[in-house]
Amino acid sequence: MNPALQGLMTIIIGVGGCVGYFFFSNIVLDKFIFPATGVNAGRNINRANQVRPWLFLAPAIIALGVYLAYPVFATLWLSLNKELPGKAYEFVGLANYQTMFGETKFWESMKNNMLWLIFVPALSTAFGLLAAQLTDRIWWGNIAKALIFMPMAISFVGASVIWKLIYDTRPDGTDQIGLLNAVWLNFSGGPFSFIFLKVLPALLLLAFAAFMAYGVYLALKPLFWDTDKRGKPQWWAVPLRAVVALGSAYLLWLSLSSVFNVFGAELPYGKAQTWLTIPFWNNLFLMIVLVWIQSGFAMVILSAALRGIPEETVEAAVIDGANPFQIFFKIKVPQIMTTLVVVWTTITITVLKVFDIVLAMTNGQWETQVLANYMFDKLFRSFDTGVGSAAGMIIMLLVMPILVWNVYNVRKEMR
Amino acid sequence: MTGASTRKSPLTWVVHISALILVALWVFPTFGLLVSSFRTGDQISTSGWWRSLMTQEQQLPAKRVEGLETQKDGKFVIEGKLFENAGTVVGAWGISSKEPRAFTPGASADLGDGVSISVASDGSYVMSSATTLKDVRLPRIFTTAQTPPDPTIDNYNNVLFNPEAGQGVGQAFINTLTVAIPATIIPILIAAFAAYALAWMDFPGRALLVAAVVGLLVVPLQLALIPLLQLHNAIGIGKGYMGIWLAHTGFGLPLAIYLLRNYMIGLPRDIIENARVDGATDFQIFTKIILPLSFPALASFAIFQFLWTWNDLLVALVFLGAGDKELVLTGSLVNLMGSRGGDWEILSTSAFISIAVPLVVFFVMQKYLVRGLLAGSVK
Repeated sequence: MNPALQGLMTIIIGVGGCVGYFFFSNIVLDKFIFPATGVNAGRNINRANQVRPWLFLAPAIIALGVYLAYPVFATLWLSLNKELPGKAYEFVGLANYQTMFGETKFWESMKNNMLWLIFVPALSTAFGLLAAQLTDRIWWGNIAKALIFMPMAISFVGASVIWKLIYDTRPDGTDQIGLLNAVWLNFSGGPFSFIFLKVLPALLLLAFAAFMAYGVYLALKPLFWDTDKRGKPQWWAVPLRAVVALGSAYLLWLSLSSVFNVFGAELPYGKAQTWLTIPFWNNLFLMIVLVWIQSGFAMVILSAALRGIPEETVEAAVIDGANPFQIFFKIKVPQIMTTLVVVWTTITITVLKVFDIVLAMTNGQWETQVLANYMFDKLFRSFDTGVGSAAGMIIMLLVMPILVWNVYNVRKEMR
Repeated sequence: MTGASTRKSPLTWVVHISALILVALWVFPTFGLLVSSFRTGDQISTSGWWRSLMTQEQQLPAKRVEGLETQKDGKFVIEGKLFENAGTVVGAWGISSKEPRAFTPGASADLGDGVSISVASDGSYVMSSATTLKDVRLPRIFTTAQTPPDPTIDNYNNVLFNPEAGQGVGQAFINTLTVAIPATIIPILIAAFAAYALAWMDFPGRALLVAAVVGLLVVPLQLALIPLLQLHNAIGIGKGYMGIWLAHTGFGLPLAIYLLRNYMIGLPRDIIENARVDGATDFQIFTKIILPLSFPALASFAIFQFLWTWNDLLVALVFLGAGDKELVLTGSLVNLMGSRGGDWEILSTSAFISIAVPLVVFFVMQKYLVRGLLAGSVK
């Protein structure tokens, strides 16, 4: 059968089946199993109403169970087993994990994933916040928003093609067709290059370092200075805060030492670069693609949150003589903190699953491998179900804190 | 807008310019691809797309004189034109690669043996000789010319309707549609019923189920690939459209339920309770009141799901397969990038075809998309 026709049939059968299921199961419930007639009418109505929610939920629960819950456990099981020829499995305990931990490609993926986890949510949120602030103040803000938001509709693969054109390299001496190389060749090592390629990055790094220092301070504040009215933090928050503080401190150190490297580095001016093959930096070039896609999402949500801030709070701050920076960081940002967290976590989840961009642009070569692509490699190229599933469990483990946090919030909200 | 509190700043123009730069940065990449898809392969690989927007002076690839000789005024003559693009203006020309700019337009170059050639500024050339040109090796002409923008739609014709050049992009387009439409429609109804139950029916375990849905929202679908493929094979669905529709339905449900429940719970309680008092059953309440009122939420989920299924690569590769016949657009793009990474005219055109549909959906339905995002995130 023609797939298009089959699709049409499936729509009809699927939709019709759903409607039919809900309609007839309700009739069967009301008319036959618990009829609202006879001596037990009252009790039957109650019973029918107890069963009905499950009728409504059944298809969804089955689909969720089979397509999302079961695979988690099945993957866990697969990761503990070794596939033998002929669809047989042998329990091997943690051997798959051991194999995986012994592979350099795995550690490369872990390292790169951590880079992605730091840079992409941070940059996307920052750009989103900036775009929201700017577009909310101009008369053509809606058009600007739509254009910045647009990459959201573009597939990761499509975006990869778009950016690959930008990163394209032609031999030296011929016209460059990639935008990045065309711009790069304009730098020649003069004062202009010094400002843009040395001073500007150094300033950005310093800003990041300051931000991280602030993070360390925020994480440690309640532990040492008990200024909070809410009292001492809870016991489980202590290690969490310690970890956050340590991570921030490490990044602080990293960014400060990079400032020196920036000034020390010798840049290959005047030569066209094959950007995607330069280790470490190529990761950043891949990340830019995702930042480009996700910033619009951050902008839309943060712009709504910023508009939701009660005007009185800002007015009060203005009357008290706060400058624009203070208004932004001390009045606005704290009020949109929850939204910032939501944006950050949503992008973090996208980052953990990122696969298409790496597959399409470098396929993990030149030290750009990430976990999701590593897993795909193992599962569908080397057909190593065990190690592939183990990699999957690592992704699941990384998602777990966010999952717990989301569930915790929803439970709190529903009470 | 923060309104009256932000006084009209003297630095408004800074805001305008910064916003303009930001927008330009975000639009430029896509725009470059769009422009490239209207250029020929030669043009793409010899100059940046930004140059094709205005008239540019550049050295063009050499062309050999060709054509049949005719006799004019007792001389043997070959006439022809170098360019198809009518607006091209020759700045200089030459007959050897060492001196490509040796002559001005209209000048005549002597090739020896009484043979001479001249190129006019519009690119037409005349080669003339006292004797026949049949046995003469025809020279190549090097030109440096001003070329105006010269968009072509040949790429689109090629990619969509020529199976050889496009490597089945047309077929992939149909495949993608076949995947995306049922995978968008089917989960909506299932999710709507479940969301209604979670929002407006009281039963033990409801809170737990909502929590479970929120938890499943972030489960990486990578985990589902192998177990589900095995399951599909075991129950006889195997690889194919049925499998991918089911998979997309399953993966889309948590978001659908979550979005719809958040929306439905905000509907006015009075309407639903009045209907109950009037003797409406839950089924009637759902179909007659909840569904019509929830249209905005249904629309926003439908857009999400459509964009997601259209743009998906992973699920399609695994559940549909990577053969030529069953490739979706994203899959065929990845193949093109691998096998014909240098053919930018085909790659950029295919890519633009693949992103055109989501872009149209995006711009037409943007209102619902934003609304859905906000319902799902701002709490």
